[in-house]
Amino acid sequence: MPSEIDREELQRLVAGGAQLVEVLPAVEYAEDYLPGAISIPLSHIDAESAKRLDKNRAMIVYCWDAA
Amino acid sequence: MSPRAAWRLESLGFGDVYDYKDGKLDWLAAGLATEGTNAQKTRAAALARKDVPTCRLDERLGDVRERVHAAGWEAAVVVNSERVVFGLLRAKELAADGERLIEEVMRPGPSTFRPYVLVTDVAKTMVDRKLESSPITTSDGRLVGLILQNDAVEAGAEHSP
Repeated sequence: MPSEIDREELQRLVAGGAQLVEVLPAVEYAEDYLPGAISIPLSHIDAESAKRLDKNRAMIVYCWDAA
Repeated sequence: MSPRAAWRLESLGFGDVYDYKDGKLDWLAAGLATEGTNAQKTRAAALARKDVPTCRLDERLGDVRERVHAAGWEAAVVVNSERVVFGLLRAKELAADGERLIEEVMRPGPSTFRPYVLVTDVAKTMVDRKLESSPITTSDGRLVGLILQNDAVEAGAEHSP
């Protein structure tokens, strides 16, 4: 079950090697994204796009806000 | 959106998935660095004048005006003890009867900008709405500083194509 985390926990996990994935549309990603994040928009998440990710590392997803 | 993405990834076999629930907005609001086409552009926080005078609702205007002018300002921000913005005093409000209370003369609920807004967007809004100054506030309403239209327009021009 995915866990909700805050900013401090995100920074701790990233320092430990977690992957960051922005799931907003690519145009929004292009303007601003968290350092090191890759773009996989929600509508593009499937088995093919998942090949870009490492199943052996923790993964953090984010969008714009909690709304 | 991100909760659905997290669950979808889990369904694809990822076992250690986290959802940064407050998202990019929270990151930007904290003033942290980003990458991307906007990363090198000036944001409102960089132009916020943090030395802007502040005052409380129950102060006498004459006392505040004296303090504001002595500091070389023509504006002040009305805040509470938590620095949450309640109002703004510009030159017009500062010129009112000195015996009146700030609560009676302030411009309540002024337009504010978040620290991460691009200065080009700030400049356009300030010009369009004829705002000579506006508070920069955090997402929970706390004062960061005051941005002046002249500063925003000048910095915005440097970023125009």
